[in-house]
Formats: sequence, C-alpha cells, structure tokens
Amino acid sequence: METVLKIDDINVYYGSIHAIKGISFDVKKGEIVTLIGANGAGKSTTLNTIAGLLNSHTGSIQFMGENLGKQAAHKIVSKGLALVPEGRRIFLQMTVQENLEMGAYTRKGDISADLEKVYGYFPRLKERYKQVAGTLSGGEQQMLAMGRALMSRPQVIMLDEPSMGLAPILVEEIFNIIRNLHEHGTTILLVEQNAQAALSVADRGYVMETGKIVLSGTGEELLDSPEIKKAYLGG
Amino acid sequence: MKNIKWSKTTRKNFLTYGLVILAYVVMQILGGAGLVSSSLKGMLVPICAYVVMAVSLNLTVGVMGELSLGHAGFMSVGAFCGTSTAIILQDSISSAPLRLAISLVVAAIFAAIAGFLIGIPVLRLRGDYLAIVTLAFGEIIKSVFNNLYLGVDSRGLHISLLSDRTNLGEGGKLIIGGPMGIGGIQKISTFTAGFVLIIITLVVVFNLVNSRAGRAIMAIRDNRIAAESVGVNVTKYKMMAFVISASLAGAAGALFAMNYSTFVANKFDFNTSILVLVFVVLGGQGNMLGSIIAAAALTILPEALREYADYRMLVYAIILILVMLATNNPKLKSWMDRLKSSHKKVKEVA
Ligand SMILES: Nc1ncnc2c1ncn2[C@@H]1O[C@H](COP(=O)(O)OP(=O)(O)OP(=O)(O)O)[C@@H](O)[C@H]1O
Ligand SMILES: [Mg+2]
Repeated sequence: METVLKIDDINVYYGSIHAIKGISFDVKKGEIVTLIGANGAGKSTTLNTIAGLLNSHTGSIQFMGENLGKQAAHKIVSKGLALVPEGRRIFLQMTVQENLEMGAYTRKGDISADLEKVYGYFPRLKERYKQVAGTLSGGEQQMLAMGRALMSRPQVIMLDEPSMGLAPILVEEIFNIIRNLHEHGTTILLVEQNAQAALSVADRGYVMETGKIVLSGTGEELLDSPEIKKAYLGG
Repeated sequence: MKNIKWSKTTRKNFLTYGLVILAYVVMQILGGAGLVSSSLKGMLVPICAYVVMAVSLNLTVGVMGELSLGHAGFMSVGAFCGTSTAIILQDSISSAPLRLAISLVVAAIFAAIAGFLIGIPVLRLRGDYLAIVTLAFGEIIKSVFNNLYLGVDSRGLHISLLSDRTNLGEGGKLIIGGPMGIGGIQKISTFTAGFVLIIITLVVVFNLVNSRAGRAIMAIRDNRIAAESVGVNVTKYKMMAFVISASLAGAAGALFAMNYSTFVANKFDFNTSILVLVFVVLGGQGNMLGSIIAAAALTILPEALREYADYRMLVYAIILILVMLATNNPKLKSWMDRLKSSHKKVKEVA
C-alpha cells in the first residue's frame, strides 16, 4: 500500500530539552496508526512537529511524496494534513457551525456538502449547530474539534488524545466515530493514553518512551505483547 | 441564523456611520447658527483625532485581543512626519486641503512602517509581549523626537540628533527643533477633515472585521492554537491588524498636530496612550461605536467640568467609575437587552 506519511529520524528540542530523539515511522493510505506511551513520552511533540508547529533539527517529514521540511503550519493544512490538537482547541466564542466553517478556512468554494458530511458523522453537532461552542460539553467539544479538522478534506487526520477526560460511554462514541471514519477511507494517526482502545482500532501501533520509539507492531501484536500488558494495560 | 447575525453587525455598522454623520451635520448647523461656544469649537478637531485613536486602538485591543500601551507613539510619529511634510510642501502646494490630505497619508505611511518594525519581532512570539514592547516604543519615540532636529534649505533636508547641527543655509528653516518640537504650524486641520478621517477609519476597520482576514484575526484571538491548526497564518494577520491600527493612529496624530500652531513630543506620552486605552475599555472592546462615544464624551467632559475647577479631576474620576460600573452591571445589561428585544417585538407586530 502507498505510504502517505513518512517520518525519518526527527529530533526536536524545547530549548535544551531533547524531547524527540531520532524517531522514524510511517503511515500508509487508509490505515489507522497509533502512537501510545506514558505522559511526557513525546507523542504530542511528534504530532505538532509533523503539523509544522515545531521544527525538527534533523531528518525529514515526507507527506504524499513531498518533503514538508520547515514549511509553516498554515501551509500544511492546505496540503491535506490536519491536526486535532490536544485539549479540544475550539473557538469558544463562535457557534458550532462557525467553527466548522473555520475548518474550511484554507479551502475555496462551496462547503455545504462538507458540512452535511460532518453532521452525518456527528449528529450531536447538527442538533446544536447554532449553539456557542463554549457551552458545549467536553465530549461535544472534542467532536467539534474533529469535525472542524475534517472540513479541510484532509488526506490524513492526526488526533491528539481524543478521549482525554471523557466518560467511558463517550470514549466509546469517539472510537466508534474513528472506526466509522476509517471505514470511509480516512487515514488516521492517533495519539492515545488509552492504549487498550487505541490498539483495538489501530492497524499498527508504535510505543514511545522518553522521546524514542521502543516497540512497534500491528494492533493485535501489541495488545498481546507482555511488555505492553504490563506497562499500559494493567497486567 | 447566519443571516440574522450578519444583518445585526451590518445594522450596527450603519448605525455607527449614521450617528457620526448626524453629529457632524448637527455641529455644522449649530456652528453656522453661531450656537457653538468657542471652547467647544476648538475641541472639534482633537475630538475627531481621539475618536480615530480610540477606534484604531480598538482594532488592536478589542478585535485582535492584544494589549498595546504605546498607541500615542504612533500618533507622535504621524504628528511629526505629517506636520513636517505640510511645512515642506507649504510653498509648492497652495491648496490647504490637498496639503493636509498628503500630509495625513505620509503620516499614516510612516506610522505603518513603525508598526511593522515593532511587529516583526513581537507578533511572532506567543505571549503578551506586545504590551511591554509598545510601552517602551512610546517612550523611545518620545526621546527620539525630543532630540531630533530637522531643517530644510535650498540644498534639501538636514537631520541631526541631540543638538542642532543642521547648518541651514540662507533662507533655511528649522522644522523640528528638538525639545521645542515643531512651531509656526499653519493650522490647516479642520472639523470636516476630521470627520472625513473618522469615516475613512470606520470604513477600513469595518471592512477588515467583516472580511476573511477579519474572521482569521478573531479566530486567533479566540484560540491561537486552533487558528493555527485550521491553517490561519497567525503572524500575517496579526501584523495586518497591527499595522492598520498604527497607520490610522499616525493619521490621527497629524490631524491633531495641525490644529495647533506648535506642539512638542511630550504631548504624546504614556498618559495619552492610557487615555486612549480608557476610551476603548469604557466603550467596550470590539465596540467601535462605544469607542467613538467614549472618546468624544471624555474629551469634552474635563472642559465641561471646568467651572468646578479644583474638583474637576475628582468628578472626572467618579464619572469614569460610575460609567464603568453601569456598563458592567448585569442587571442594567439584562434590562437593556429586554428593552432591545421588546423593541424588536413591537417592530415585528407592526
Ligand atoms: N513547550 C514546552 N517547553 C518545554 N518542554 C516541553 C514543552 N512541551 C513539552 N515539553 C516536554 O517535552 C516532553 C514531551 O512532551 P509531550 O507533550 O510531547 O508528551 P506527550 O507524550 O504528549 O504526553 P501526554 O500524554 O501527557 O500528553 C515532556 O518532557 C515535556 O515536559
Ligand atoms: Mg500529549
């Protein structure tokens, strides 16, 4: 299968802190790939670097055969790579619909078909389309952040801990939507603390520890691996 | 929903234009009938200048959501550059309105350049650095103009710093005289020019806010990371708002300065920056009509209170506090909202 995203030997620093230490991985078309790991392992840093919010000192990030290099974040969205940042970064003062419209900011032309599609994935948002986003519940805000990213018609969507702080029932709902997106052919790079849930939807996974990838395999392999069981699945 | 909301902002914008035009017409009629006191007449141009200052600062503070403590610095750049231009052109362009217009444009350009130079390092940073840098900028600009000498003679322009080393030739003229500022200014600023500048300012600001760029600027204010993640070029749009804000302040400064025969750099100090900020905060962030009313009312008020002499500033402060309380009072706000909605219902019935 065609590789859409290829990360090769990236190193990222916050001042003197060496947060990402030479990691490489790839994502193929139509796959769900998950990055799991403990707090501070460098998962968000990795996604933010791919999205152009941070820069790598070395190596390369190839997206659909093009080197993203030191391209600015705002250019990367229009190339078809969308990030749903950690912690539900939505526009609190805008309505649900205005948030979704902002998601199509880099696109020209009619967006009504995309709105319908997003509302199809997230019926809860449709019911609340004119509600001010700041008054949505945490789960609804997460859905809005995901829906907004989909509005740019991304080739690859990167989700940073979509289940963070949600009740189990909502976590399940979010993962159902991820599955649904996958069935419709969306390529997903998923960062999660919830290793069990992430590995069960993922085709492949990478395990990160203090800025390095320490383990990789298919979702099932990782779910069955003793190290993972011990470290992340409580037994 | 979208339509209703659009028309709501559009209606507010037209209300703003309408009230400004009405105020201008009323003042012209009263002036023609000889009903305007001379002290008020003398304040018309400064009021216009402060209105433009307040609206332009509201673009930075209210729309972009960044604190600027040096707006008077841009006013100063505009005042010195614009007035110098007018003096240099005095012999070559005889039409005063044309000379004023050119001077205001030059003032706006120089202030925009100053805004751009400040913006390059500051607006890239994440965090509230703009406040501190603009504060420093205001002070630096003040000392620069306090120590700047600019003269013109047959050989051209001469500039020197710290002391007058312009060595002007026969028939030369010293324009900027360091701490003496600029003197011998022809007072070519008029109320009509001020009115036109306010209208231009409103057109620029309203069009920006309602444009794609305006939506991007407000998205950045709402949530910078989200704005970046949907592909908004944060630095570019912040820069756009800030430079426009600075250039309008520059034009206001030139208008203000050419209402007097002389002015000095110390006129545009930190207190002036704070005064304009008070207009914006009182009028409501992002509320241009509020800024206009606050700027006009608070420029007139100290004069109107002159008869209370000693208690003037005390009364001024008390009124400020009362207005602040009133505009932030939830009960009063809900009462105003109810008034508005009942007004709407009446209209729908009719
Ligand atoms: N802005 C920053 N400045 C300095 N250090 C940072 C910054 N952001 C992250 N770090 C550090 O980089 C390392 C990786 O952080 P990162 O946010 O990528 O972890 P993570 O795997 O996403 O963790 P979590 O699961 O808690 O979100 C951590 O040690 C963190 O302290
Ligand atoms: Mg993280």
